[in-house]
Amino acid sequence: MTASVFFGCTFIAFGPAIALFLFTIAREPLRVIFLIAGAFFWLVSLLLSSLVWFISVQISNKDSAVQQKGLLIFGVVLSVLLQETFRFAYYKLLKKANEGLLTLSQEETMPISIRQLAYVSGLGFGFMSGAFSVVNILADSVGPGTVGIHGDSQHYFLSSAFMTMAIILLHMFWGVVFFDACEKQRWWAVAAVVVSHLIVSCLTFQNPEYVASLVPTYIILFLMGVWAFYSAGGSLRNLKLCLTCKDKDFLLANHRPR
Amino acid sequence: MNASDSDEDFYNERTALVPSENPTVPSYNLDSDPPSDLPPRRVQQAVARRAGPVAADGGGSSDQEVEPDDEELTLKYGAKHVIMLFVPVTLCMAVVVATIKSVSFYTEKTDQQLIYTPFTENTPSVGRRLLNSVLNTIIMISVIVVMTIFLVILYKYRCYKFIHGWLILSSLMLLFWFSFMYLGEVFKTYNVAVDYPTVGVIIWNFGAVGMICIHWKGPLQLQQAYLILISALMALVFIKYLPEWSAWVILGAISVYDLVAVLCPKGPLRMLVETAQERNEPIFPALIYSSAMVWTVGMASPTDALRSETDEAAEQRDREVEPESQPSRGFSEDDMDEDRGVKLGLGDFIFYSVLVGKAAATGGDWNTTLACFVAILIGLCLTLLLLAIFKKALPALPISIAFGLVFYFSTDFLVQPFMDNLAAHQYYI
Repeated sequence: MTASVFFGCTFIAFGPAIALFLFTIAREPLRVIFLIAGAFFWLVSLLLSSLVWFISVQISNKDSAVQQKGLLIFGVVLSVLLQETFRFAYYKLLKKANEGLLTLSQEETMPISIRQLAYVSGLGFGFMSGAFSVVNILADSVGPGTVGIHGDSQHYFLSSAFMTMAIILLHMFWGVVFFDACEKQRWWAVAAVVVSHLIVSCLTFQNPEYVASLVPTYIILFLMGVWAFYSAGGSLRNLKLCLTCKDKDFLLANHRPR
Repeated sequence: MNASDSDEDFYNERTALVPSENPTVPSYNLDSDPPSDLPPRRVQQAVARRAGPVAADGGGSSDQEVEPDDEELTLKYGAKHVIMLFVPVTLCMAVVVATIKSVSFYTEKTDQQLIYTPFTENTPSVGRRLLNSVLNTIIMISVIVVMTIFLVILYKYRCYKFIHGWLILSSLMLLFWFSFMYLGEVFKTYNVAVDYPTVGVIIWNFGAVGMICIHWKGPLQLQQAYLILISALMALVFIKYLPEWSAWVILGAISVYDLVAVLCPKGPLRMLVETAQERNEPIFPALIYSSAMVWTVGMASPTDALRSETDEAAEQRDREVEPESQPSRGFSEDDMDEDRGVKLGLGDFIFYSVLVGKAAATGGDWNTTLACFVAILIGLCLTLLLLAIFKKALPALPISIAFGLVFYFSTDFLVQPFMDNLAAHQYYI
């Protein structure tokens, strides 16, 4: 419980997300705005699910620990479903806004494509979700204390940080796949996203058995990443061109010689 | 100095230091906060100052000349203006939250209260406490209304010297006295021993440069930084000296007042903005945060000649009107889209920061602070969207404060127990 734990866990949890933000989003005002709007939508979904959970707790038997745990699990599932509903709602809103802008401008191209919006909104969801999950824990890690003094796991902070990183990246991948699936009317893909979100959340019910929860989560993260890569238009050929700096479109766009 | 990437080509020293104005075009205004005066607590003098309304002069003339082809450009530049306001608002809130979380002075409960909130909240009964906070709010709002009307009357009757004196006195107070207090508390928190001569040198330099930057000329970014700092200082004073419930009721009431004052035809703020526009003068720089990049060297001499000006106004005119106003005017009209910045009143900064600071002060929960922060930014975004649609002065407080209050209370009562329970079991949603 020192500064090193604090900084280490902060960078583990938020490092990739902040890097993504700084390198791809920070310079474009429109993307920043849609990121914050995405965060807002996630927040509203959390609010609604907390409201339902709170009401259910008030009318339940507060002394029964089993019942409380059951209600919490119900709260988690409800929250996941609401998050995905709000992702869909955000998609609908963005489509409408884009259509409106397109008709107004009579231009062929929109200032921001639906794929970029998918990426940005997914990252917005991820940022807010990650922040709400881990910021209080990080704040506590600065102060004095001994982790797991009552027999709990000693890896609380580290596992929280890794889990948060996975969740943030997963939200981004889910966003990309979800929007792409909605665009192409592939409802099975939408259902797959919802189911994978549910699986990841339900895996955390096994905590503090971190191996059982973190390893499958990272496997799902990797698979979703690959799926998102392909649905965003990537391919092995693209990847090879990009890595060997031979991708002409990318180089032209960044004014670099080959 | 003038760090705008779109006008590096035509930056020159002249344009950097001149306040922007756009008199002939209907303003792209975002009004927020009435200029009300906030009496400094310690000194208990009549002179106080509240940074005033937001006059957002967006890009005036371009609105009417925008053709359908330019919508995309407008959207891009609209987004840029939103970000130009997000950054200072975020910085101000960050300074306030960082101070609140580290320097305990501003969260210590004290029995001292501002003379504008005389009713104490130390009563045991809930009803009495509520009544006291409502009474406090009524007194505070009436003081603000009276000060605003007084300011507008002074402005209408061209008592510029008085207004300038008033503003200078209140910014003197903020820049020297409050920052001295702040520095003292920071040193106490970190247990740093500093001698008086060093502190004297620091405060003197800080204050003197601040006065020059705010009231006269200075590099744009330095001016912006000072405005952000004094808004943060003022917000911290409010957070310390306003009693708990009174603060929330005051926030709500001031948003309603802002709405009324800016949108009603006879509202004081609206009259202030319209009078300023009629006379082609900028609203006092000490009350407005401006993100404008290139300044139009606007005022052509024919309009000046028509007016009988006082010394102050003439001085102001000389400062603002550089020679050869005509060429620069035509020059800047070509690049209207890039020129226009957006302006936000300092009162908005102050009240946003008060909301977020109070969220950070009460309870150790960071979730509430984050939620309020996002809510306020979204409110600001929506307000700017409305600004782009309606193209006239708009209050910047109501939507943001409404969202902020809703999210504060709901996060504090509903979301926090849920997230605490989840964190205890390490469940992730």
